[in-house]
Order: sequence, then C-alpha cells, then structure tokens
Amino acid sequence: MRNIWTIAKREFGNYFSSSIAYAIAFFVFVVLGGYFVAYLVYLSSSSGFMMDTPDSWQVTGGLLATLLVFSLPFLTMRLVADEVRMGTMELLLTAPVRDYELVIGKWLGAFLFVLLLIAITLVFPFMLDQLVTPGIDQVLMLSGYLGLVLMSAAFLAIGVGISALFNNQFAAAFVTLLVLLFLWWFIGLPAFILPSGGEIFRYLSVGNHVQDNFATGSINLSNIVYLLSLTGLGIALGTTAVEMRRWR
Amino acid sequence: MIRVNELSKTYGLRKAVDNISFEARQGEILGFLGPNGAGKTTTMRILTGYMPPSSGEAIVAGYDVVNESLEVRKRVGYLPETVPLYTDMTVFDYLKFMADLRHLPNSEERVEETLEMVGLLERAEGYIGNLSKGMRQRVGLAQALLHRPEVLILDEPTIGLDPAQIIEVRNIIREVGKERTVMLSTHILSEAQQLCDRILIINKGKIVAEDTPENLQARLTGAERVLLRVRGEVSDLPEKIGRLNGVENVQTKGEGIIEFQFAPGQDLRPEVARLTINEKHDLLEMRSVNLSLEEIFLQLTREDVSLMETQGE
Repeated sequence: MRNIWTIAKREFGNYFSSSIAYAIAFFVFVVLGGYFVAYLVYLSSSSGFMMDTPDSWQVTGGLLATLLVFSLPFLTMRLVADEVRMGTMELLLTAPVRDYELVIGKWLGAFLFVLLLIAITLVFPFMLDQLVTPGIDQVLMLSGYLGLVLMSAAFLAIGVGISALFNNQFAAAFVTLLVLLFLWWFIGLPAFILPSGGEIFRYLSVGNHVQDNFATGSINLSNIVYLLSLTGLGIALGTTAVEMRRWR
Repeated sequence: MIRVNELSKTYGLRKAVDNISFEARQGEILGFLGPNGAGKTTTMRILTGYMPPSSGEAIVAGYDVVNESLEVRKRVGYLPETVPLYTDMTVFDYLKFMADLRHLPNSEERVEETLEMVGLLERAEGYIGNLSKGMRQRVGLAQALLHRPEVLILDEPTIGLDPAQIIEVRNIIREVGKERTVMLSTHILSEAQQLCDRILIINKGKIVAEDTPENLQARLTGAERVLLRVRGEVSDLPEKIGRLNGVENVQTKGEGIIEFQFAPGQDLRPEVARLTINEKHDLLEMRSVNLSLEEIFLQLTREDVSLMETQGE
C-alpha cells in the first residue's frame, strides 16, 4: 500500500509541472465555461430566466463527460510509456515494488488529478443553483457526478494499461482514444440495429451507464459493478504488460 | 554475496548469456570485463531482478532472483548503464522518492547522509536536468547506496566521465566495496585492474577468463605491443629490430613510428633502445600500447587453446 501511495503522490505532483496537463485543464474549463455562459444567455433570452428548473447534467455534465473521453488519453499516455523511454522503468522494476503496485500507483496519481479537475467543475452547477429558483435537483447532480468519477476511474485504468503496452506515448494516447470512443459509444450501436439480443451491447456501452443511469438518477448496482470491473480490467492489463516487459 | 550457476539468457535465437557460473564474496569487488554486447548488462539485469533468466539459477544476498525477486531487490543497489533519472525533479526529491519506495526510516536524513557520501550535498536542491554527466552519475550512485545494500551492482559506472570524475567515482566504489559485495562492469582493462579483486572476462555471452588482476597481467605480459618513435625516416631499423631474438610482428606505422611485440615472457626494451641508438637514430619515445579487448581475448583464448593442447599431449 505504501508503495502505491508513494508512486501516486509523485504522479499527482508531476501533473503540476506538465504542460499537457495544464493544456487539458484549460481546454476543459474554457469549453465548459463558454458553453455555460451561452446556455445562460439562451435561457434568459428565450423562455424567460427562472421559469423551469434546468437539469445540471444537460448544462455541463454531459459535455464534461464528452470532454473527459477526449482528454483522459492525454493524461495517461506517458504514465508507463515515458518511463520506458527515459529508462527509469529499469529503476522502478529493480526497486522492491510489485508490478501491480506500480500500475495502481500510476493510476491513482492520475485519478486524483482528474478528481481535482472534476471537483473544480462543480462551480457550474453551484452557480446554476444560485441563479434559478427553486434551485437545481442536487441529488440528481451528485448522481451524475458519481457517474463521471466512476467513468474516469475506468477510463484512466484502461489508459494506464495501454500506456504500459507502448514505448511511444503518442501511440498510447491514440490507441487509448480509439478504445475509449469504442467503449463510450460504438459498442452500444448494435443495440439500435439488432431486432433482438442487443441488450448486451447496451450494457457494455459506458455512455449508456453514465447518461441513462447516473445522469437520470436511476443508478443500480450493475452500473457501478460494470465501471469498477473495467477499472480492474485496465489495472490487470497494465500489470500484465509490465510483467511481459520483464520477459522480453 | 552472489552465486551464479549455469545461467543463460536467450533473446529469440541469440544467446546473450551462455551458461555462465561464478561467485562473488562479501567484501570483494568483482570486475566484469567485456566489449559492448558481451552479455554484461543482461547478466546484471538478471541479478537485480529486472528480468528472469532463460535457464540456470542466481542467488543474490541469499535469495533466488526468480522466486524471491522482491527480497533480492530489497538488498541490492543497482546503477544501470544509462543512469535513469527524473530530470524534472530535484536531486533531493528524487532520492527521497527512491528512499520512500524502499521504506527507509528517517528517509530525509538518510538522503542527506548519502548525498554527503557522494559529495553532492550542496547540489541537493538543484534540478537533475541541470546537472553535468558526472554529477548525474553520482546521483545514480547515491540512489544505489541509499539503503546501504549488501550487494552493489554497477553497470559501467565510469562511462562518459572526465578523468577527474572517474577518479572520484572509483574512490567511492573502493570505499563502499570494503564491506559489501560489489560487481561492476567495464570495457576498460586498466579500470578493472585498478578497482577489482577479481576479474571475469566475458565475450559473446561466455566467460573466457577469471582471475585476479595480477595473474591476468602476468598472462597478458608479452602480449602487449610496444611503440617506438624515432626522428625522421626509420630506414632499415624495423628489419634490424625484427632480427633480435624474441621480437615479433614488427610493423611500420607512419613516419618514424614502429610497433612490435615481444615473445611471451620476454622484455627486450633495453636491447631495442641500444640498437636504435647504435644505428644512429634519435630515440624520441618508447611505450607500451594498450591492448584492445579483442586482442586480449585473442591472447587469453589462444593461451587456453595451447594449454588444452599441452594437456592433451
């Protein structure tokens, strides 16, 4: 456990000296902020400002989920791949650290950074709550955010796993992005096309769990189990990839 | 201590390490001498638990490198060849991180003590990215020494350093080698001779020789080439030197330079000098030329072959 925390602390701190992390934070906040302002303008001009209680997911939550799908690969790409490039992998693999501790530590560092990013975006629902009467549905808002957090955990784990397979961080980012888009959206497509038996594809789509369940407040255990399983799968993939490096 | 028994490592079809066995005791500095690609780094990586061998066993500090890898890693300090460092960290933060990974108590004090050992205390707050190659080497060495390991494995610890830095690093190795088992690799014969209690010579994955520096030197005597420089043309001097009994393989190497070799066990430098002066040449220089590693292997393996032939007779 101690090793996981030591590695996580270093990775978390690393993001604050990484230009890519700042660029991603900037991108996320600017797009969300811009959209939020535009939404307020639209609300006040069209249907009258405080008529209806807006759903915070529709204002910023859904957009944040999409932004995360495109951003997370760039936060995980260098986690393992860059250690290989710099040669520091040799250092970590000859330190008394188990391979899974290394991978979980890397994931946890990234997860803490993304939690911070997500926490900062809470400012949008908070402002919305102040602007509308009688305020937003806070339980619904929290349920949506729980979805975002679990989705980030799963996607970051997959990103770490893929980063461990590559020596080049940009190759890792590209492949991670493809996998995340697939899991977020494409895998659910057969559910719309197939006349029957499409349920399994619906279940496999992360987008479905987040948008149809967490965002609407109808969470059940299977939603949580699926996202946690993906997280475990990503960590296992990363650990196996690190072990494979030893055998090469 | 280190005990290696019939260790092999195969990459695809290539045998990087081919059935080697050796031992290193506590308080001993063992040199691992060989050219690039001889299998030095691969062997060291196996001993540090970085990668498993294809066959054979290795016991380091009393533990098996495959089945008890974590125990081995706790007790080994390792300086890889390309000193891996996080260039965006300060020296202190980097060593603190490594100390925390090793669960060292009072890690901050330990880092400071280690920095003092390698003479880097005043650079503790500097970024590693701004350090010179020699300083980085010392940071790597500090990392390997942090936990005061029983066994220290150093892969080419002086490569790329300037002469003053080489002397500093060698002094540190000598100091820490007094009560530990140290194994270091190098491709420079003189370095192995100066630092090590025992030298293993490895080529193409196999150990070609194992001996003390003194014995190795004796086996190589006579194998070294001598360079002679005279003023102006050498005229018929090479021919005359070649006629001396015990001189072999005379070659003219450019203006005024002659290289030759003595038969094993012979040293005819005084005779050559006298001859040169008697022949009315101005003797400017006479020195031994270091053997290249290839020549050393040739010499040692030739010796082994002739030894085997004599034994066979």
